[in-house]
Amino acid sequence: MTAPLLEVEDLHVEFRTRDGVAKVLNGVGYQVNAGETLAVLGESGSGKSVTAQTIMGILDTPPAFVTKGAIRFNGEDLLAASADRRRDVRGDGIAMIFQDALSALNPVFTVGFQIEEQLRVRRGMTRKEARARAIELLDLVKIPNAKNRVGEYPHQFSGGMRQRAMIAMSLALDPEMLIADEPTTALDVTVQAQIMDLLREIQTERDMGLILITHDLGVVADVADRIAVMYAGRIVEHADVYQLFRAPGHPYTESLLESLPRLDLKGQELKTIKGLPPSLTNIPSGCPFHPRCPRAVDVCKTEVPANHRLGLDRTSACHFAEEVVSRG
Amino acid sequence: MAEPILEVTDLVKHFPVRVGVLFKRTIGHVKAVDGVSFTLNKGETLGVVGESGCGKSTLAQVLMRLEPPTSGGAKFEGRDMFAMRGAELRKLRRDIQIVLQDPYTSLNPRMTVGDIIGEPFEIHTDVAPKGSRRRKVQDLLDTVGLNPEHIHRYPHQFSGGQRQRIGIARALALRPKVIVCDEPVSALDVSIQAQVMNLLGELQSDLGLSYVFIAHDLSVVRHLSDRVAVMYLGKIVETGTEDQIYERPTHPYTQALLSAVPVPDPTQRGTRDVIRLTGDVPSPINPPSGCHFRTRCWKAQDICATEEPELVVRAGDHPSACHFAEERSVV
Amino acid sequence: MSDPGASGAGLERAAASAVGDLSHVDDSSQKQGKPRSLWSDAWGELRRKPTFIISLVIIFIVVVMAAFPSLFTSVDPRAANLDNYLKTPSADAWFGYDVQGYDVYARAIYGARASLLVGLFSTLLTVLIGSVVGIFASYAKSWVDSLLSRFGDIFAGVPFVLGAIVILTTFNSPTENPSAVRIITQVVLSIAVLSWPVSMRIMRSATLVAKQQDYVKAARGLGASPLRIVFRHLLPNTVAPVLVYATIALGAFIGAEATLAFLGIGLRPPVVSWGVMISESRDYFQAAPHMLLFPAGFVTITVLAFVILGDAVRDALDPKSR
Repeated sequence: MTAPLLEVEDLHVEFRTRDGVAKVLNGVGYQVNAGETLAVLGESGSGKSVTAQTIMGILDTPPAFVTKGAIRFNGEDLLAASADRRRDVRGDGIAMIFQDALSALNPVFTVGFQIEEQLRVRRGMTRKEARARAIELLDLVKIPNAKNRVGEYPHQFSGGMRQRAMIAMSLALDPEMLIADEPTTALDVTVQAQIMDLLREIQTERDMGLILITHDLGVVADVADRIAVMYAGRIVEHADVYQLFRAPGHPYTESLLESLPRLDLKGQELKTIKGLPPSLTNIPSGCPFHPRCPRAVDVCKTEVPANHRLGLDRTSACHFAEEVVSRG
Repeated sequence: MAEPILEVTDLVKHFPVRVGVLFKRTIGHVKAVDGVSFTLNKGETLGVVGESGCGKSTLAQVLMRLEPPTSGGAKFEGRDMFAMRGAELRKLRRDIQIVLQDPYTSLNPRMTVGDIIGEPFEIHTDVAPKGSRRRKVQDLLDTVGLNPEHIHRYPHQFSGGQRQRIGIARALALRPKVIVCDEPVSALDVSIQAQVMNLLGELQSDLGLSYVFIAHDLSVVRHLSDRVAVMYLGKIVETGTEDQIYERPTHPYTQALLSAVPVPDPTQRGTRDVIRLTGDVPSPINPPSGCHFRTRCWKAQDICATEEPELVVRAGDHPSACHFAEERSVV
Repeated sequence: MSDPGASGAGLERAAASAVGDLSHVDDSSQKQGKPRSLWSDAWGELRRKPTFIISLVIIFIVVVMAAFPSLFTSVDPRAANLDNYLKTPSADAWFGYDVQGYDVYARAIYGARASLLVGLFSTLLTVLIGSVVGIFASYAKSWVDSLLSRFGDIFAGVPFVLGAIVILTTFNSPTENPSAVRIITQVVLSIAVLSWPVSMRIMRSATLVAKQQDYVKAARGLGASPLRIVFRHLLPNTVAPVLVYATIALGAFIGAEATLAFLGIGLRPPVVSWGVMISESRDYFQAAPHMLLFPAGFVTITVLAFVILGDAVRDALDPKSR
């Protein structure tokens, strides 16, 4: 097996603020291969976005500090690399798209200019070449009439079009890997479906690695190859998408699936997860999920569960992982 | 035996679009709600579903009498809602309440939870004598599953789901008969969303509430609704029971909407009927002529541009505003 | 690029905000007591703040100084002795003497009254007029709103000094020597008339923002009267920016009083004020810096005290900062 395109290993990040230290990431590790989609699933504050921002190197220090871990991109440890080197990797190696395209695009420049700028600075293209390439890119993301729209401002684009423009921008430097942070959350369902189709298509065509950060189990089931479920700054379960939905290996995943209203099922009873996600300044002892877990016993309160192997490329951070998965 | 509590007929709300520094000229109208009719029965949940800009939130505001309607009428328990003044209007305020979407902006950050939930009693002083209010507020907190001792806390000390519960408690204070829920769970995390939905369900059966449940999430709407109305650009395009809409949709928009919702089951990948619409929702300032949906519809023909389809039973067993309505199961 | 979690439906809030936001889980038992409100909570908060106490003490001293100057000095501020021309500070006269042979310390004490009166009343009046008009404008029909805003622009557009010259010379002919009360009133009024549009704009925009918030919708849905909405929901949420403006304005107005005094159209001798003293010191700054430093120091300390007070009050009124 070849080395993975991106490898995150035992990443620890904390936010040091006036109110104390929040342990936002507590040993996150995952891998993404070229041409593969890893979905990172989690709720607010689970650390899924922070992981992505750490990979991109766009976290503000302070308050954020990486205290441990490694991020290897094509074998090179990014955390050890110089600031210049990291800038080179951004955009060229790894690009990122955000949930809110309106605030991610600069309102005072045209969409075309924002795409062209990178091409001119990083690729040394002339204005004319960059413009031609920008139009190609907008065409690629299926913006109708790209030739005319390239000179428009972000506010003249509709929500879906803006998200397309941002995807075009992220593709400008032909990255090997794309991180999409809730790319469709702010969009309507019909538009969301279009954008997911587009992302899938582009990924297959370019054999890119894709990290899809989302809270939407439906989207995950639709496009992911593998899933990493995050809770309180840890990856609690990591599995192939089919395995995970057939038989979740962690009580949190199990509860999440059961708490989801389904379009195709009628009158099901919604099970809920009691309580709230933990405070990151005060993470529960032992397994961080134990106060909300229906099957928690004494050992869960005292011992942090290790990652149990549940077969090839599948782990679960639960003391009773085997039991949970066999029940499913 | 369905007994109507709220009857809305041909409700229209247009917002003028104005430009100018001192003397504003009206250059057009946002046709936010453009002729909507429905009936809400006692103890029932009517789901209103649609994408952004379809007018569902404006509908909520007009029903709450926060915005005056441009035309059309609504009857609450048989009496004209929009004609009510004075004491009658105050009574109406007690009977219809709203739960808003954003738990972060719907609570005044500078009021304690006790003041927020107690405010309805201060406004409607006849509901509860002064001495009993604190008790009532604590009962309400208990009802929505919050610690009654937290009445001195401020909203920012609570999480999103808890704040939404505070908003629900405020809406329940005056013992309303109808609650308009404007996207009450869409800002919440999945695990919290289920808690709040279950709470809304329990409150309905315990207190005999009727809900107008507005949401863009079709799964959520299906879970809670008895009947569903699908809105597109200010109009209801299809309406029926939950079963009729989800299992036997006849309007192409409903079908596209349903097919676009990803189902959390990877084994259905590629096996589902996929309808992909092109483009975005057109601007409600200048909606397409005839059928508003025709610009994105794969069935559109000449008649769709010239003649606006009525919301009547054409195919199947429920009304649909499409010239070419036909059943198609997409879920 | 911007913070990706900052907007949207709040589904994924960036961890930074989660840090501040998750304090709700710790169950620090809050004492059950009497019903509390924002104001009583704010007061409880303020009482424990050293900066608040210090600024309050300073302001108290200045106010006492203004009310009973004789408590601080037995020297007559109008006793000129040209023998003492520009004498530097000594044990006899702590702050030295000025160009007329006046005792600078005594004059600085007696000057507090006029300066404080002008500063406080101009600020109060400015903020009051501005806030009332601002709230009214944000609630009025759109054409009334535009009219009021443009009307305010007219005043804001007049250069301050020019406007004050026009107003003050219209009411006082150069030859006449108006009484202290009359001239202070006129100075206060002219400052307020020329400055209210600023606080109106601040109030208007803060109100427009607050009005759009869902909690105002919810209150209207409950049948709350417009007055209740203004006092319970809008004012507590719009007071912060106005308060900040007011504390800055207070300093500026004390300075404005000095400018007008210097031009000879504001307070004038024999009335003593810090502004009058500063303007008198202008030509002697190199020879006798103490003439400038002491009154300027009084102005600075007073203004600073008000700024700190304003900051403390603003923080106390924001539950999130606790």
